[in-house]
Amino acid sequence: MSKYKTNVGLEVHVQLRTQTKMFCGCAAEYGAEPNTNVCPVCLGYPGAMPVLNQKAIESTLIAGLMIGCDINLFSKWDRKSYFYPDMPKNYQITQYDLPLCLNGGVDIEVNGIAKRIRVNRIHLEEDVGKSTHFGSSSGVDYNRAGVPLMEIVSEPDMESADEVLAYLVALRQIMLYAGVSDCDLERGNMRCDVNTSVRLADSETLGTKTEIKNMNTFRGAHAALSYEQSRQMGVLDEGGAIVQSTIRWDPEAGRTELMRTKEDADDYRYFPEPDLLPVTFTEAYVQALREKLPELPAGRRERFIRDYLLPDYDAGVLVSDKALADYYEAVVATGVSAKLASNWVMTEVLRVLGEENIEISSFSVPAKELASLVAMVEAKEVNSNSAKDIFGVMLAEGGEPREIAESKGKLQVSDDGLIVGFVEQAISGNAKAASDYQAGEEKAITFLVGQVMRFSKGQANPEVALRILKEKLDA
Amino acid sequence: MSEYNTFSLQSAAELLASKEASSEELTQAVINSIKVRDPELGGYLSLDEEGALAQARAADERRSSGEAGVLLGIPIAVKDLLNVEGQPCGCASRMLEGYVAPYDATAIARLREAGAVFLGRSNMDEFAMGSTTENSAYQVTRNPWDRTRVAGGSSGGAAAVVAANEAIAALGSDTGGSIRQPASFCGCVGLKPSYGRISRYGLTAFASSLDQIGPLTKTVADAAILTAEMAGVDPMDSTSLDADVPDYLAGFTDRLDGVTLGLPTEYFAAGIEPEVTALVHQAVAAAKELGASVKEVSLPHTEYAIATYYIIATAEASANLARFDGMRYGSRHSDGTDPISLYKASRQAGFGPEVKRRIILGTFVLSSGYHDAYYGSAQKVRTLIRQDFSAAFEGCDALISPVAPTPALAIGDGAGDPLKAYLNDILTVPANLAGLCGLSLPCGLTKAGLPVGVQLLAPPLGESVILRIGHALEQVLMVPSYESRGVHE
Repeated sequence: MSKYKTNVGLEVHVQLRTQTKMFCGCAAEYGAEPNTNVCPVCLGYPGAMPVLNQKAIESTLIAGLMIGCDINLFSKWDRKSYFYPDMPKNYQITQYDLPLCLNGGVDIEVNGIAKRIRVNRIHLEEDVGKSTHFGSSSGVDYNRAGVPLMEIVSEPDMESADEVLAYLVALRQIMLYAGVSDCDLERGNMRCDVNTSVRLADSETLGTKTEIKNMNTFRGAHAALSYEQSRQMGVLDEGGAIVQSTIRWDPEAGRTELMRTKEDADDYRYFPEPDLLPVTFTEAYVQALREKLPELPAGRRERFIRDYLLPDYDAGVLVSDKALADYYEAVVATGVSAKLASNWVMTEVLRVLGEENIEISSFSVPAKELASLVAMVEAKEVNSNSAKDIFGVMLAEGGEPREIAESKGKLQVSDDGLIVGFVEQAISGNAKAASDYQAGEEKAITFLVGQVMRFSKGQANPEVALRILKEKLDA
Repeated sequence: MSEYNTFSLQSAAELLASKEASSEELTQAVINSIKVRDPELGGYLSLDEEGALAQARAADERRSSGEAGVLLGIPIAVKDLLNVEGQPCGCASRMLEGYVAPYDATAIARLREAGAVFLGRSNMDEFAMGSTTENSAYQVTRNPWDRTRVAGGSSGGAAAVVAANEAIAALGSDTGGSIRQPASFCGCVGLKPSYGRISRYGLTAFASSLDQIGPLTKTVADAAILTAEMAGVDPMDSTSLDADVPDYLAGFTDRLDGVTLGLPTEYFAAGIEPEVTALVHQAVAAAKELGASVKEVSLPHTEYAIATYYIIATAEASANLARFDGMRYGSRHSDGTDPISLYKASRQAGFGPEVKRRIILGTFVLSSGYHDAYYGSAQKVRTLIRQDFSAAFEGCDALISPVAPTPALAIGDGAGDPLKAYLNDILTVPANLAGLCGLSLPCGLTKAGLPVGVQLLAPPLGESVILRIGHALEQVLMVPSYESRGVHE
């Protein structure tokens, strides 16, 4: 048992998915030609003024309500001043002392132990431009400048790298369920600052913290924190003291490095933004939002177990990805067996996603067509081996499963009149096996069923074949 | 040569409506006057002669195709901090040397729609910081009535060119008196509308919670006409007021029966030049003659207004002017390879001393450890000043006072003692702190022949009250006109 305890608090920045930017009418889309989604407002031209994006405010309230936050009925905007080329006005419009949301929490589970990580606040601000460095020069793409950005600030409740990872995964899942962000890490939709401190296990007060800036992968946050807590423990072991500082994670070298200490920290000189009025909400408005909230992943998992009678494990896997769970529910909505549908999604669909390293959104088989295939299996129109073959064709070439089954001769034959011919063929060609069975060797009949399947090219219903064989041989 | 340049906006509109003259002829007359007078006066930073004449011809075409409108074809000057698409918008600063506005301010767009002709850019104190126009990075604007004196500021160029008939009217901005005081110094009319009455979108910000666009004109009616055209809510400015714009002219009367004017005791205290006080009292007497009643009122927190104003205005300015860094537009200077040294070099070379002084002051009052003592206290006092006015307006319709403690100062008089210069704003800054509207109109000349203005203040959205009182007073005050002063170029 370590003599130290670690405390971690995260500031997670989540880019909201809105049509337009936070304070102007420019498109907030990703991937446009650099500096094409810009205007006097988001470029900070003289005389330009911000106008609030109501959709971004609503999304932030929804996000807050999803994690149990109180909503500030009176909220305001502030200017945070610092000079940097990615910040066109050299101040950022953010919320200092009256953020939109306060006091929420996110439930996590690590090694079977459940825990709630408290969230202190969520405020809304504008994103900055994106800097790119090319050898001797640098460029800034202001398409991202002004895109609405939520900052979700947790309490220092996480005590290990695994808890940090679990928190980030859970938070991302909730934001996806809330439908407020794409949470696409590769596009920088979700970035975090990691505040770490360590203390003696028997100490009540938190240690001095360091802040690792701008982590843009969960794995990176996990690795950086693992490194940083060991580094801090090492310093304390040698009798040193932690200096409050801002640090950077160097993923190549696998270590953190100092950016600046508290002494030369920026003084942001916050003051109320005079170009924007405060925002106010009525209780009734907040209540209306609350009533329309999307389901949380935990609630959906319980519902899957209850309504679809799925095993706990299956339900967990399915709801972990909102889009996957949506896909699954679209299959079930056609009326097929929920358990059979789950088997197909859990084994075949997830296998393909894994092999091709794609998201469900890029998966080529529509839920409706998978549902048709599952329905055919359920009605015993195809056996499970044929169904997998049909699925393979659907993946490779596309197409409606019934048409594939018909054109490839995969439809199962259950008609006695057709199967009896294959049975007679099997018996007459395998007299020894038939007499062995009649002599009491039960196993011999399995061989005969296989022969029926062979003669029918896999189309015969094996249960019907077995019944007719027994009728013939037992007579 | 015609003397159309001496016409008021209303007279010029009648001239154009009668088709006795075209906008092109009117605009040409104004341009001729600029060419004769402005080399000595220095009211314009730049003249867009070709552009103005093209706009005038376009206005004439609109008129010949049946359009009408009081502003159709009227040439006006624009203070160098309002964005007019395609024209420079340099704020009289080296920092924005060569910068051309990429869009129209909302006020400009509305006037353009109404057919106004934009002549060029009027001089000002750099970024509107100053009260003499001596802080322009390019030139001093001289007072038309006495070339050894300043035109006032920061809208000194606008006031001077209107007074000297180098424009039919002009647009300025008023953060702490920057329309009213130069109007007083130059003998023209200046209106600072209520905060939010006219959209600030496209007005280069000095202090966002105090700035307001307004007209400088030859008559009170002209000020009413321009204000009415620019006023009204704008989706691009969240602080613009969503209130109907009245027909100001329809409310004009010759008499002031039933009107109560308040004389703020503190605005007639020591420090006001006796000649100024005497002329303002003449205007008060004239108002009584017209039927107004007059009573004394008190604004007890007036003595804190200057300190409050210079904390709030500089705090906001320190952030508003942070964008001028040489990175995306304006002039760039660099003596290093990193952005910070580029910022430093560009801002060092781009800003003049008064702008630097205010940025440093504003940065200081917001900095950690001092924020509450300065910025925090100033916000509280601002509330008290607002409450002073609310109480005063309970017993009167408008306040009447001097605009500035003195007539126009000699050029160079204020140099070297910025604090003393700040104190001269005492009669104008409280209206900005409280969001009131204020009108400055000429009330007479000193013995030395310098204009003096009288100020009328009303609660937010009270423009119709002060315009009506100002118009009635204007009819009886009989201030000599600029062209009659007996000087010939």
